[in-house]
Amino acid sequence: MKTLLNLSASVLAVIGLTIGGALAETKVGMITTLSGGGAGLGIDVRDGFMLAVKQSGRSDIKVVIEDDQRKPDVAVKLADKMIQSEKVDVLTGIIWSNLAMAVVPSATAQGKFYLSPNAGPSALAGKGCHPNYFNVAWQNDNLHEAAGAYANGAGFKKTYILAPNYPAGKDALTGFKRYFKGQIAGEIYTKLGQTDYAAEIAQIRAAGADSVFFFLPGGMGIAFLKQYSGSGVGLPIVGPAFSFDQGILQAVGEAALGVVNTSQWNKDLDNPTNKAFVESFQAEYGRLPSLYASQGFDTANLLISAMAKADVKDADAFRAALKAADFNSTRGDFAFASNNHPIQSIYAREVIKEGDVYTNKTLSVALANHSNAYTADCKM
Amino acid sequence: MSFVLLAEQVLNGLQLGVMLFLMSAGLTLIFGVMGLINLAHGSLYMIGAFAAASIAGLTGSFILALLAALTGAAIAGGIVEMVVIRRLYRRDHLDQVLATFALILIFSEGTRWVFGSFPLYLDIPTYLQGPVFLPGGIQYPLYRITLILIGLVVAFALWLMIAKTRIGIQIRAGENDREMIAALGIDISKLYTIVFALGASLAGLAGALVGAIQSVEVGMGEPVLILAFVVIVIGGIGSIKGAMVGSILVGLTDTLGGVFLPQILQLFMDISTANNVGSSIASMAIYILMGGVLIWRPTGLYGSRP
Repeated sequence: MKTLLNLSASVLAVIGLTIGGALAETKVGMITTLSGGGAGLGIDVRDGFMLAVKQSGRSDIKVVIEDDQRKPDVAVKLADKMIQSEKVDVLTGIIWSNLAMAVVPSATAQGKFYLSPNAGPSALAGKGCHPNYFNVAWQNDNLHEAAGAYANGAGFKKTYILAPNYPAGKDALTGFKRYFKGQIAGEIYTKLGQTDYAAEIAQIRAAGADSVFFFLPGGMGIAFLKQYSGSGVGLPIVGPAFSFDQGILQAVGEAALGVVNTSQWNKDLDNPTNKAFVESFQAEYGRLPSLYASQGFDTANLLISAMAKADVKDADAFRAALKAADFNSTRGDFAFASNNHPIQSIYAREVIKEGDVYTNKTLSVALANHSNAYTADCKM
Repeated sequence: MSFVLLAEQVLNGLQLGVMLFLMSAGLTLIFGVMGLINLAHGSLYMIGAFAAASIAGLTGSFILALLAALTGAAIAGGIVEMVVIRRLYRRDHLDQVLATFALILIFSEGTRWVFGSFPLYLDIPTYLQGPVFLPGGIQYPLYRITLILIGLVVAFALWLMIAKTRIGIQIRAGENDREMIAALGIDISKLYTIVFALGASLAGLAGALVGAIQSVEVGMGEPVLILAFVVIVIGGIGSIKGAMVGSILVGLTDTLGGVFLPQILQLFMDISTANNVGSSIASMAIYILMGGVLIWRPTGLYGSRP
């Protein structure tokens, strides 16, 4: 029911903006996942984005929001519709790397700007980079690289690693291995969408590892953590924030307590922008923000900062204004590397219980001012 | 490859098999008795899990949660049969597929409206947590052993019901000749509702039991539904015995294939290629099994011969 109220609230916000924006307005097309299994992520990005738009008080941003149902073909159709009939200037919103690969190259080739609030596939960071494509979240490998760096510091010598068998899963294990100095006890690619990990857990037990690294976003991670804690294997685990974000922690429950995960954002990061964001997000939507919400919020603020400097119709000036990244990020320091992906610190956080709510506490910096491995491949 | 690892993987395969049996038993009964292809069976699995998660959240009792899953899914199944499914028996399979696919969408979005987009919390009760030690030094989660036992008990009870009770005789008669049992004065529409609700409650039970170790979220039923269809095609459509044998076969093939194929391939290629190729072939393994069975026996292992 709450979702319904939120939905109508944002619809009202959009209508309000439409009526207000008679002058030269910037039209934003948001394609994100609002139904089905992955809807929690898209809803958080949308809510974070709309919160920033609302707080800016600007009436010249018009946001058109559509649901891609996590299907690449639907996302492509929506992008065509937004570019051709809605005539949007900027596209944003896509959560999943395979959908981003289907939409982003053609949108940027048609001269539109794309601001990614989540997906950062390596193909779009290296050879496939584009001056009009800006990633405000991370390059896909980043959080996994930080997990590898953390594992060195934690003294892990022999780690078992697993991820789903799809491009982002391969980026994940590559990223972890790029920074991890210990030995790999074993490496498994699981089926995408797999929910039973009994077989993998038995292999971990038999492998003689001293720790486990896993990247299993969404429901896959919930299932793995519950089954792992019931198995009695008990080795320390480390993973990226995707299996420990605010949206799913409550469903994992006690099985996640004490697990260290890596993230570019956490609700306790000590900067005024973040404090105000966490407070206002809670007041607006009645729940704690997740990293996806923070990414949506930062994406909107980047856009608003560029609008203050240049008109979106003047593409060169607008591109330069985006590249300057002159906005207050919830993550503190934020800049773009030469391939338009973030340079930012990535933190290790630990899952704790605050009252009845499971949440994360920042432990340390895993990688300070970290860029990405693909800048050299990007010629633009 | 140690004995312990092998034994553990066989248990994993069995556990997946008996849970698949709970799903496919209902699916095969409904197809056998009413000739209906029910794609919405996965939604009933989801309803069971959501009912269990809600009741467990309210009362804290896992037993009550399981009862809620059984009754919740049975009630949902009964209502769906009376309102929608009943109109489909005389239609061809394409109409049935379309209508039950629409039911999936309605149930999924309906559940999302009521419960929100974030997964729900459902955990195993404390008295079933942790591992047990089996003879031979095998360490295995107690809850999964319980799942295997519950599955076997349900299978036995279902066999008793179909072989020994009056309603079982009616179900078997309905499978053989629908017109004849109606002519004998049995209220066929009541029988259909009962069979549908029974199948639904088994799916709901499976959803709740599995939901406790996986995630309770919208769309959780569809991947299982596909496996359940593979099971009933292998076992022979309409046969409970076929569903049992098919479930165990699929469970073991899926689990052991995923574990051993990459290791076998490692003998003659390097590790990361072996992992890649092995896991790709492993995800096809059950479909290869299905293809093999269908070439050998086109109506499935226990399907009626034409």
